[in-house]
Amino acid sequence: MKKFSWLVVVLLAGMPTLALAAGTIDGGSKQATNWSAIGMFIGFVALTLVITYWAAKRTASAADFYSAGGGITGFQNGLAIAGDYMSAASFLGISGLVYTSGYDGLIYSVGWLVGWPIVTFLIAEQLRNLGKFTFADVTSFRLGQTDIRILAACGSLVTVAFYLIAQMVGAGKLIQLLFGLDYWIAVVLVGGLMMIYVTFGGMKATTWVQIIKAVLLLSGATFMAGAVLYKFGFSPEALFAKATEVHPKKIAIMEPGSLISNPLSAISLGLALMFGTAGLPHILMRFFTVKDAQAARKSVFYATGFIGYFYILTFIIGFGAITLVSTDAAFLDGAILEKTKSGIAAIKGGSNMAAIHLANAVGGNLFLGFISAVAFATILAVVSGLALAGASSISHDLYSMVIKGGTANEQDEIRVSKIATLVLGVLAIFLGIVFENQNVAFMVGLAFAIAASCNFPVLVMSIFWRGLTTRGALIGGFLGLVSAVVGVVLSPAVWEVTLGYAKGSAPIKLDNPALFSMALAFAGIWLFSVLDRSKRAAVDREGFDAQYIRSQTGIGAAAATTH
Amino acid sequence: MSNLARIERDPNYQELVRRRSSLGWMLSLIMLVVYFGFILLVAYAPKFLGIPLGSGVTTIGIPIGLSVIVLAFVLTGLYVRQANSSYDVLVRKIVEENRS
Repeated sequence: MKKFSWLVVVLLAGMPTLALAAGTIDGGSKQATNWSAIGMFIGFVALTLVITYWAAKRTASAADFYSAGGGITGFQNGLAIAGDYMSAASFLGISGLVYTSGYDGLIYSVGWLVGWPIVTFLIAEQLRNLGKFTFADVTSFRLGQTDIRILAACGSLVTVAFYLIAQMVGAGKLIQLLFGLDYWIAVVLVGGLMMIYVTFGGMKATTWVQIIKAVLLLSGATFMAGAVLYKFGFSPEALFAKATEVHPKKIAIMEPGSLISNPLSAISLGLALMFGTAGLPHILMRFFTVKDAQAARKSVFYATGFIGYFYILTFIIGFGAITLVSTDAAFLDGAILEKTKSGIAAIKGGSNMAAIHLANAVGGNLFLGFISAVAFATILAVVSGLALAGASSISHDLYSMVIKGGTANEQDEIRVSKIATLVLGVLAIFLGIVFENQNVAFMVGLAFAIAASCNFPVLVMSIFWRGLTTRGALIGGFLGLVSAVVGVVLSPAVWEVTLGYAKGSAPIKLDNPALFSMALAFAGIWLFSVLDRSKRAAVDREGFDAQYIRSQTGIGAAAATTH
Repeated sequence: MSNLARIERDPNYQELVRRRSSLGWMLSLIMLVVYFGFILLVAYAPKFLGIPLGSGVTTIGIPIGLSVIVLAFVLTGLYVRQANSSYDVLVRKIVEENRS
């Protein structure tokens, strides 16, 4: 505890100096340091550190650390899930996509939402009834512990790693723009705060940081969308009419555009978005923080509502930015405007800044500060959730279950988890700096593809299919994992854009590999399970009845341990 | 082991499994059909989604896209209501009856 207080003091003391440094760096350039943004951000950090301190005092057991002792309510968890899902990438990215291509943004929003009903109907309750800390608890319920835990840990860690790198690079760039801090300072700040939240406060702190951020983000976005609609007399038609008038693509922004041209590619992306959601380890982990199956299902219901509402807001925000940002010289880069004659292309800082500039347009400097601070908070919260999921996989699945064979002492397990968090944090900072100038947009897609092709098939088959055997899950799961990674590397997004080979030379034309990698995973799981005549296979199949009864009724499920 | 066999034969348990899985898979199917129907429209008939509603600029694609979002929420709500009102009751009965 003493160590923690020290860190807080050092951090809080360091904050204004960082801000001052930023001021001097940016003193000469036109991007003024935004003091209201920095002030609100410091406020947010101070509040979350107080929460972390509070949570740290109440985090003693492994259950506290991994699952907040099961003491989170359905509503709170719904907000936290929504918080995990509404990353800065989806807030700034989708509104930016709407800003540049209109309707196409909505296609992504829809895809990102429709996985949630599937999670509710098929996974949430079963997961809560069967598992304790990680989704590997569920997949290894009746299968061979060692093999399946290793598979699940690989699936989780690879997913977390790609998602984390994408978030860190995005964070660095965004903070550089918003606060005028150096890229590396921003990345170190995000990594450092994340390590503090997770190592000291565990799941309890991570969840509350997530909840606060979700509330801030939802209120900020509501205000922004409301202000946009207010300007158009609450008539969406008037908003769309103005947008089609000023956008260079004119009326074409009201229908699907060039974003999705190849039908197979569209279906493949759809599969990845829909089922990837059901295989993200940091999301699946949230179902263990509630008391029972009923709370788990309620939490997805609330989350679906919040996320759907949020996506509708981002659509309005994107259109609002077309009408209010692309027409205002204050938000545009004069040189690009001169060359392209397009306010859309000339936006300062790129299309991802559409929502940020809109905040300034509708709410002035103070509201700009608020939205900037919220965007930073969003990154921090999502990164913390990811780090916790990664660390749990290392300490609970690999250390406790595989290396120690389930006999690890609880305090040792927590210690390993904290060390894993620190290692992941340092690694995330390092990779964030290494990838600074790379195009990392494909990494989120890759994370979803892996989650849909490795984690999801094994999870759903283990819950519902009696015939699944350890060997089938292992071979099918790795087939999905490997084919997803290879498929992404050979896709146009990486082969042509990142690796720089000639346009049209990509060996695989699909932007997302989910179509074939998911098929391979399911086919592999089925084939190698059916062919499996080993002694282990008999044990695997025999265990299904007991598992099924528990998944349906919750008899024997891990109880909440909250005090 | 005998306790497991007893639960499996319990009519309440059989009803729970039957009702929960039929509703769960049916709703999942609806969501899949609607979503992939939408994706196929986007891929094969983008011009259809671009048909204006009335005389304005709002296209038919806007309410279609938004209704997929709303439908996802409504279907989730339907399942949760059903589960809260009847599955939980069945689960409680099963737990009561098979306490050994």
